[in-house]
Amino acid sequence: MPHDARVAIRQPALTPRMRRVLVSVVLAAVCAVWIYPLLWMVSASLKDNAAIFANEGLIPGRPTFENYVRAWKEANIGSYFFNTVFVTVGSVLLVTIASSMMGYVLGRRRFVGRGLIFALIAFTIFVPQGYTIIPIFDLLTRIGLGQSLWGVMLATCGGSFVIFVLLFAGYFSQIPNELEEAAKMDGVSFVKTFWYVMLPLARPIVVTVVVMQTLYAWNDFLLPLVVTLANPSIRTLSVGVYAFRGENFIDWGGMTAASTISILPVVVLFLFLQRYFIDGLAGAVKG
Amino acid sequence: MSDFTVSSSLRRRLGARIWSSRIDYLFLVPGMLIFGAFILYPIFAAEYFSLLNWSGFDANAKFVGLANYVELLRDPFFWNAFGRSFLFTLSTVPAQMIISLIIAIILNNKLLKLSALFRTMIFLPVVTPVAVIGIVMTIMLSPFNGPINMAILDIGLLSRPLDFLGDPDLVLWTLAAIYVWKWVGVTMVYWLAALQTVPAELYEACKLDGVKGWQVTLYVIMPMIMPFAIVIALISAISALNVFPLIMSMTQGGPYFASEVMEVYIFRYAFATAGAIPRLGYASAAGVFFGLAIMSLTILQVLAVRHLRNREKPHAA
Repeated sequence: MPHDARVAIRQPALTPRMRRVLVSVVLAAVCAVWIYPLLWMVSASLKDNAAIFANEGLIPGRPTFENYVRAWKEANIGSYFFNTVFVTVGSVLLVTIASSMMGYVLGRRRFVGRGLIFALIAFTIFVPQGYTIIPIFDLLTRIGLGQSLWGVMLATCGGSFVIFVLLFAGYFSQIPNELEEAAKMDGVSFVKTFWYVMLPLARPIVVTVVVMQTLYAWNDFLLPLVVTLANPSIRTLSVGVYAFRGENFIDWGGMTAASTISILPVVVLFLFLQRYFIDGLAGAVKG
Repeated sequence: MSDFTVSSSLRRRLGARIWSSRIDYLFLVPGMLIFGAFILYPIFAAEYFSLLNWSGFDANAKFVGLANYVELLRDPFFWNAFGRSFLFTLSTVPAQMIISLIIAIILNNKLLKLSALFRTMIFLPVVTPVAVIGIVMTIMLSPFNGPINMAILDIGLLSRPLDFLGDPDLVLWTLAAIYVWKWVGVTMVYWLAALQTVPAELYEACKLDGVKGWQVTLYVIMPMIMPFAIVIALISAISALNVFPLIMSMTQGGPYFASEVMEVYIFRYAFATAGAIPRLGYASAAGVFFGLAIMSLTILQVLAVRHLRNREKPHAA
């Protein structure tokens, strides 16, 4: 068969299977470079300082958990951890509820002032944190939350709020009217329709907002740094780890152990949620 | 009918419309509280604060008009920080977008096994708090015994260790590279989401037409996901302009102000004042100027995109 022979000559060495293996190997190399600093961090957290300075390679010769004990005791990682969980869980709950409700009426309902709210959102979407931090801290001080975790938690809600509202508004506006009308015919109240019919339909956006706000709250640095400057006991993890560094710059083992502890929860959370997160974002950009 | 009755009936109808959508307004309350208190109010308050000579959150403030702005525009450190913020954004956003697009296209291949594992590894720096990255990278880049310098010396690439964070000519590029490393995972996820919107039939059609490999990517997929590129670029740019945490946890703007971006400049005047008197009004003026610059650039960009789209339309029709 001459035709088949020509195809065979034009595409010689690489079968799809071999190409797949080749791409995988290249990608694995890239990923190895990518996570090397984090692997190094975990590895250093299991060595004593002498072994770290001696650059003895990734696998620790005599693994020790001493660094973790020291980090937990001296760096207050335990209490910082719970502070961060408080800020994260609180702001995720508030932001998800508030942005879904606001996005719902903005996306589906017509009322006086709707255009104005959209205009204000468009106007504020690119404002950097450095612009607003002084008034925010001033406001928190005035309402008595200037040095409190509640203040950090509430102000953290503002972070990506308008983007979340736009995501919900866009998604809700795409949902056909029939479901809502059917609920109305059955005499289901507005609030219940929202809660039991519309919100479950918007699950991709809910997941996206939950993950993005979790990442934001867990990572946020400027706001908790400013609020906790005068009150170290309410530091969050990122500020606590930063302060620990200032106090113990020579203690590489302790610092890498503190760092490892502080990333574990988000890493585990992401491992469980990543499938939903990417599908959720895909739903969001489609909508 | 007099004018008065017309306007009053209008007003009554408006009142009735507002009253009939009272449940909508009720639904807006929680969101508007967050939006008003932590986004809208601070934006307008910052302008007022920028007109004050104000040294602390409990101290009295004195109205000084535009004096802060006059001083600001004369300060070479301000202009350096201002320019550096945009330089940092211009150098990181394109690199971040191109690298993440390449990774996303490879990972999107349905035939590739372990795709989820690779994705997770690229995403790990994203979920790692910046303060942690600051510590790990400072240690890794240390000119004394830092593993990266040791590796460079071992290979024989250089005879002397590089002072990545201590050399004023090198520090901003080092920070830019770390920044790209940290955030590529996020743009990768955005690209993956965009790629999921490409219908599977399109790939089938390509196969039938004999379009292969990189040609599919370049001529079929790229044009389809280009609308997302604008959004991704905007989100990345916002985040790059907010680079404060990384710089704060690695160099605090140093050495010799060589990595001082706008937010570090603002922070230095407003909060981080070891011994010096805080200048909240002056810092606010810097923030307002920076914010207005970003807003005008954004408006310009939106106008430019709209202009280009309008020019394209006649061709499409």
